[in-house]
This record gives sequence, structure tokens and C-alpha cells, in this order.
Amino acid sequence: MINAGIVTVSYIAAMVLFILALGGLSNHETARRGNWYGITGMAIALFATVLGVVTRNHVVLMVALLIGGSIGIVLARRVKMTQMPELVAILHSLVGLAAVAVGYVSFMGPTAHFVGAEMTIHDIETYLGILIGAVTFSGSVIAFGKLSGRISGSPLALPGRHWLNLLLLLGAIWFGREFVLQSAAGAGIAPLMIMTVIALLFGIHMVMAIGGADMPVVISMLNSYSGWAASATGFMLGNDLLIVTGALVGSSGAILSYIMCRAMNRKFLSVIAGGFGTGGGTPAAAGADEDQGEVVPVDAQETAELLLNAKEVMIIPGYGMAVAQAQHTVFEITKALRAKGVNVRFGIHPVAGRMPGHMNVLLAEAKVPYDIVFEMDEINEDFPDVDVSMVIGANDIVNPSALTDPNSPIAGMPVLECWKGKVSIVLKRSMATGYAGVQNPLFFEENTRMLFGDAKATLDEVLKAL
Amino acid sequence: MKIGVPKEIFAGERRVATTPEVAEQLQKLGFSVLVESGAGAESSFSDDAYRAAGCEISGGADEVWSQADIIFKVRGPDKEEASRLKTGKTLISFLWPAQNPELLKKLTESGATVMAMDSVPRISRAQKADALSSMANIAGYRAIVEAAQHFGRFFTGQITAAGKVPPAKVLIIGAGVAGLAAIGAAKSMGAIVRVFDTRPEVKEQAESMNAEFLMLDFKDEDGSGEGGYAKTMSEEFIKAEMALFAEQAKDVDIIITTALIPGKPAPRLITAEMVRSMKAGSVIVDLAAEQGGNCELTEPGKVAKANGVTIIGYTDLPSRLASQSSQLYATNLRHLLTELTPEKDGNIVVDMEDELIRGATVCKDGKTTWPPPAPKLSAAPKKAAPAPAPVAVEKKKPSKAGPVIGVVVAALALLGLGAVAPQSFMAHFTVFVLACFVGYMVIWNVSAALHTPLMSVTNAISSIIVIGALMQISATDTLTMWIAAATVLITSINIAGGFAVTRRMLEMFRR
Repeated sequence: MINAGIVTVSYIAAMVLFILALGGLSNHETARRGNWYGITGMAIALFATVLGVVTRNHVVLMVALLIGGSIGIVLARRVKMTQMPELVAILHSLVGLAAVAVGYVSFMGPTAHFVGAEMTIHDIETYLGILIGAVTFSGSVIAFGKLSGRISGSPLALPGRHWLNLLLLLGAIWFGREFVLQSAAGAGIAPLMIMTVIALLFGIHMVMAIGGADMPVVISMLNSYSGWAASATGFMLGNDLLIVTGALVGSSGAILSYIMCRAMNRKFLSVIAGGFGTGGGTPAAAGADEDQGEVVPVDAQETAELLLNAKEVMIIPGYGMAVAQAQHTVFEITKALRAKGVNVRFGIHPVAGRMPGHMNVLLAEAKVPYDIVFEMDEINEDFPDVDVSMVIGANDIVNPSALTDPNSPIAGMPVLECWKGKVSIVLKRSMATGYAGVQNPLFFEENTRMLFGDAKATLDEVLKAL
Repeated sequence: MKIGVPKEIFAGERRVATTPEVAEQLQKLGFSVLVESGAGAESSFSDDAYRAAGCEISGGADEVWSQADIIFKVRGPDKEEASRLKTGKTLISFLWPAQNPELLKKLTESGATVMAMDSVPRISRAQKADALSSMANIAGYRAIVEAAQHFGRFFTGQITAAGKVPPAKVLIIGAGVAGLAAIGAAKSMGAIVRVFDTRPEVKEQAESMNAEFLMLDFKDEDGSGEGGYAKTMSEEFIKAEMALFAEQAKDVDIIITTALIPGKPAPRLITAEMVRSMKAGSVIVDLAAEQGGNCELTEPGKVAKANGVTIIGYTDLPSRLASQSSQLYATNLRHLLTELTPEKDGNIVVDMEDELIRGATVCKDGKTTWPPPAPKLSAAPKKAAPAPAPVAVEKKKPSKAGPVIGVVVAALALLGLGAVAPQSFMAHFTVFVLACFVGYMVIWNVSAALHTPLMSVTNAISSIIVIGALMQISATDTLTMWIAAATVLITSINIAGGFAVTRRMLEMFRR
């Protein structure tokens, strides 16, 4: 209906709009507009393709689009903000699956008439697209299982797992070579399928070996993979729009992974290699609790008094707040305190929660204004002036031993230095350790008060006492 | 059980062992409270106030001592009171068993259980029952108030139409609880405050209150003794210390001394010579007067004058702030009692296995249990190993060779690729590399708070892979068509879901 030139122009428009969409996220004001750019870009690309490329089967196409679209919208409506990591993980798996499907169809289909080097390159592209897609798919499914609690969050450490990974990788390369050779002779489906199985196993094994606290890295890494899968598919189909979009998404995920790793002071490779505390040599038990001292428990009433008497309050939320669904109560408390002239701010550690930016989303859901929510780097200097810091369901991100104990598994990880404030109140269900499995000396500090119990229930009491 | 609070009979003692407010909380623990009429009068707590709090008021001390099972007092009992104590009763008060062995003997013989508030061990858990600290806090505050009373000038500096007023200079010796309270009070009145202490670890605390900490240039001598108290120093140290005081005495207007070493007479820090060198009108407040005084010219319990310098040797500073002292002391007592009644049923259990209770109990069942075994120290962990070297933020110097090798390998790989790859591939490859760079530049600008929306929006746009499926859906082959249709279906879940959830999240972010 429309010619190839117009389709290409539409693709260029879509690329520009996608870049603008990502650029818009640089601050809150432009972010909403950015999302509309993204939607417009996608719509233009879809229209151009449907009108310019698709020649038949329009009905099937429309039905598929409608069904898929409605499922997506329902999902987006229903999902709780605390479940965002799960949703993102499962959506990643869909991209992976799509890449695999497109790859297979393209290989089996009669589209290609390449020869020589072009043929080889095209085969490699196909192979890579399916490989990355399959890893993304199985990895994301496992990540989804771990995040939603269907699979245990603790790392699975198979004996000799590094060798296993290496073996899988070598296997993938070898079958890649086989595939290219056989494909030249018109066959090749067998190595392709074997490789797919290998890639699926690799994805499963990789994510299984990663502990719960490393989830932000995994999620952003899978985000990156889904981008590269799209890019590889783009090469295969010779479509620049896919290449560009995939590259954008891929580098976005890669940068996020890098930011998360830096926030935990971990090397990307050691996160991927899996198992917190097992890679570093010193087991977590080292230097652990020789009589650490005593903790001072408080009740909700006293907490309320401490908060009321403070001028500067810093709230440090962690995954525990998400689990307890306490963000609304936290905001009610914030409102009550601010009405009384207390300056309440939020300090967010980059890896708090299970996904980059998880805490920000939860607080936003509870209508906490974003200009009182700060990043770690912005407020870490301010703690000496803070009267009360309230740590809600966080542990490792406020662990002073990251800075003081070189043997700690989390040594060198930047943490929120709340112990420098006058009083820290720590809300926790019990004295259990965090994901890193290290005891937290913060709890035994003289100016720390422990408020035990479910975060939501205790905060409700605090609110009542206010 | 019934708690009895008799009126304090020591001359000049104005405090009372419980307040109406605390009495109410005691009743919540299951006790009934009997207060001698007029017990709280000097601390401004009337009999009516006690009655309103649910206490009984008794006409005389006899009734209180005979009816109550537990006696709360501030000062230790005198001979007559001690003889009223019978087997089965419990007395809780200040006692100073070290200084009063005879009294301790008499109390032991009575068969009663006696707990001394001054013997509550210095462990973290016992802080809430630490009446010594409460009283020291008050004494430190009051010391400044007394000094201000006798000092003929402002504490704060002012520049007025009538001329400039210099701020008063205050030297505080000993930065314990009393010293820190004095720093706070003097600072808030606007004085320049200097602090001296033999324990270097309190420097931080003093400086945190904006006082200037005077250091002796002395290595390797740490004045910290057991349980966070000070200990006696070496001769050379004391010499250097005295020189510092002599020099300061000429300069400052007010000296507050709080130096005490447990179980020893107070160290002599301010000699008559130094007092003479001070400016006329200066004030010395000696908080160690009861233990003999830090100043040579201190007369315990009195205000002395020497060469125009006022030396205040009051030994009853907490009692001079009776209402406040009573309230804090009563709260300390209540905390101790809470420890004693684990069931909250109004019956006390003297659990000698409990470190706090064991420490405070001086005699029980006719046996003297003082001094207690040394407490497991936790006030300041005995130098927890040589401070771990600050975590070596070991940034291995990135070897210069690494990146160079990387660049060379990448360049070779690209050259190799360029040599064999067809032109069409290279065009796509150019686009790919440029797109990676654009992504890199754009993503670094994304604010950290928006990382989750970033993930969901990239998720949505990565489903652009749908184009691949759309290219295939027109195939004549049915299988291909259905696979492509399924792909379109799942990617459209992703497109709609990703954008919708991003929108939903962004809507929530508001100022």
C-alpha cells in the first residue's frame, strides 16, 4: 500500500522518537512526555510495517495484536507496585521468546538468497539472535520465579558451576560452527536446536546461581540482553530500526547493571558467576558475632515521641517496606510529621529493593512528593544533622561494617551512614541478617533503637501515636 | 505488693522518690502506691496530685514503713529508718555501700532485700535505671545556673549602644555526664566553653557540643579506667595538667570541676595559688565537693570567697532542682522495678542471675551481696582490637596495558570483520555502533529515581522485534504464519503492558 521508501522514513521517525523517549526520562517533568514519544514511535513503526510490508493474513495479525494488547493493558493495570520487578522480568522473557521464534522462522523460511561471506554472516546473526533470545527467555522466567517467591531466592551453587558454564559456552560455539557449515549445505536445523537447549539451560543456571540481593543486577542485565536479542534479530532481517532500538535498550540495560554493581561494590563478572559471599574467599561467618553487645528495643509510642521531638528525620526504606506494603503508612507518618514542621526526607540506596529504582516507584505510588526523595550520594553527607533516621526493612545498605571491616563480604560497598545521626530507629521483623548474611553492627550501636514487628503493623501504631 | 514512699528526712533534701506521673505507671505494673503526706511538697508535688494519680496518702512515716512491702527512697536510710526495715521488705535508694559499711551491716542483719541505685552496673541495658547519670546531668546544669547567679556579668557577648560586652569564658574539667550537661548549659547561654578531660575518647563528644577541647601533648596515656570512668594518671601527666590549669585560670572567668575517680578522694586540681591568679569576680563551682573537692579552697556545702573569687561547694545540686531530679530519679526507679517484675503482676522477683539486678542488690536474705562480681563491660568496648585499618578502598591502579590491549584487539577484530564482511553488513554495523553510543549518552542522564520506568519503557520498545514477526506473517506457509502470529501476540502484550505500566508509574511521581 505504501512503498519501501516511506516505510524506511517511518522507521527513522520511530528511531528518533525512541531516543527522545529515553532522553525524556532524565527528569520527572519530561518523563511523561517521553513515554508518549515512545508510544507514538511504536505506533508509527507498526502502522508503516502493517501497511507497507504485510501483504496478507491481516485478520490473524489484528486479532493477535488486539488479544496481546489487551492482556498487556490488563497486566499493567492490575500489577501492584511491589510486584514491578516480577512484571519486568516476565516481560523480558517475552522479548526473548519472540527473538527465538523470529529467528527460527527466518531460518526455515525461504527468504534468504545469500552466498559466500554474506551467507556466513547471516547464519551467525541468526544463530546469535536465537542464542541471546533463549538465554533471555529462560533467565527471565527463573528471575520471575525467584522474585515472586515461586523459586527459593537463595543462590543455587552447583559443584563446579564455573566449569559447567564454560562447557556450555564452548558447546554453543562449537555448535555454532557446525550450524554455519551445515547451513551452507542447506541443513543445520539440528545444531540450531541443540544450541537452543544449551542456551536455555545456560539462562536457567545463570539466574539460579544468583542470590536475591543481586536481583537488581540480574534484572537490568536481562533488560540489556533483551535489547541485544532485538539487535541481533535486526541484523538477521537487515532492519535498521530493530538494530537501533535493540542497541538503545541493550546499552541502557548494560549501564543500569554497571550502576547497580557499583552501588554494591561488586564486579559484574562475580555477580554473574553467582553466589553472594562465595566468590570473595572469606566466608560470611568470619569475624561474626563475638558478643556484639545489646540492642535497645523501643515501642511504637516511644518511636512516635522520638519522631515528634526531631527536627530532621531521614527515612531509609528497604525491601522489607515493599514486602510489608508499608509505603502508604510511611507517607501518612511523613505527612503528619511535616504538618508539625518536621523536615522529613527519604534516603534511597541504589540497590534498595529488587530492581533499580524500586523504592522510588513505591514511594511515588504512596504519593510521596519526589522532591523529598533523595539518592544516597545526595544525602549521605547530611546524616550528622539528622535527629532521627528511620530504617524500614533494610539491612545491608545501612551496615557500617561495609566501611570498617575489610573482611566483610560487603566491604567497600557504599552504604547510607545513618549511624552518624543522633538516633537511628530500625524497624525489623527479627534480628535475622540481610541477604548478604552478615551481622549488622548498626543494631548494637548505642544510638540505635530497634522496633521489632511487621513494618506495616508497627508503623500503623506509630501513626496512631502521632 | 505495696510501694511506700516516705518523706526524705535528711536535712535540706528536697527530692522525693516518686512523682504522681510515675506512680501511675507503677500501678500499671500491678503495684499500689502509698505516699507519706507532704513527701512531694518540696518538689512541688502536692498530696492532691498523688491522690489524683491513684496513690494512697498516709499520715505518717510509721504507717508507710510498716505497711509497704517495697520502700522507695532517695537518700540512704538513717539509723532509725534502718531499724524499721524488716525481713521480707525491699528497700531501693542511693546507699553508697563503700562509704557506709556500718549501715550496710545493719541493713544486712535486718534480713531485708536492699538495692542501691548507685550500684546499678554500667551496662547498656541498665542505662535507663542509671540514676547517677540522671543526677549528674542535673548537677552539671545546675552548676552553670549557680555560677551565673554568682557571676557579675553576662555569659553571652554583646555589642550594645552602651559598649561591647565580652562573652564569659568557662573552663569545664571532666567531660563526664555532668561535664557535658554543663557544656550544654553554658553554651546555650552564649559563653565560650573549654573542656579538659584525661580520657581522649571524650574529645569527640565535647567537640560535638561545640566546646573547645584542651589537649595535653602527651602520648600513650589514656585516662580511661574500667566502666567508662577515669583513673589516676602518672606524675608527669598530672604536672603537665596542672601547668595547663594554672595558665587557664588566669584567662577564664568560670571553672566547673567535675573530676572524680571511683573509690578515691577527688583529685586536687585547682590550687590556692591558681585561685589567687584568677580575675576578681570569677566563679568556681566544685562538683566534687562531697568527695573533698577538686579545688583546695572548697568548703563542702558552702559558698566560700577568696580574693574576690567565689567558690561554690554545694553538695546538693540535684536537690536544688528538686522537681526535675525527682522526676528523673523516679523514672530510673520505675525502670529498675520493671526489670524486677517480669510478669507485670505487682510481685517482684530478685533474679540474682540477671546482671542488672545482681549488680544493684547489696544485701538479701541476711547476706551481704556487695560488691557484685565485675560486670561484663560494655560501656566502651575495651579497645576492640587495634582499630581495623580503614578499609583499603583498594583500587588497583588500572594497569595501563589493559585498555591498550583491549583497544588493539577490538581494532583488529573490526579490521578483520571489515576485510571479509560485505558492504550491506557494514552499513548495518555502522548504524549499530552509533546507536550504542547514542544509548550510552542518553542513558547516563536518566535520573536514578526513574530507573524502574526506564526498565519498563525499554522493555516496551525492545518489543520492536514485532516487526520481525510482521515481516513473516504474510508467508504462505501456515506454520510460519501461526508462529509469527503467536510472536505478534506475545510482543504486543509487551508493547501495551510496558507502555501502560510506565505511564501508570510516571503518573504517580508528583511533586
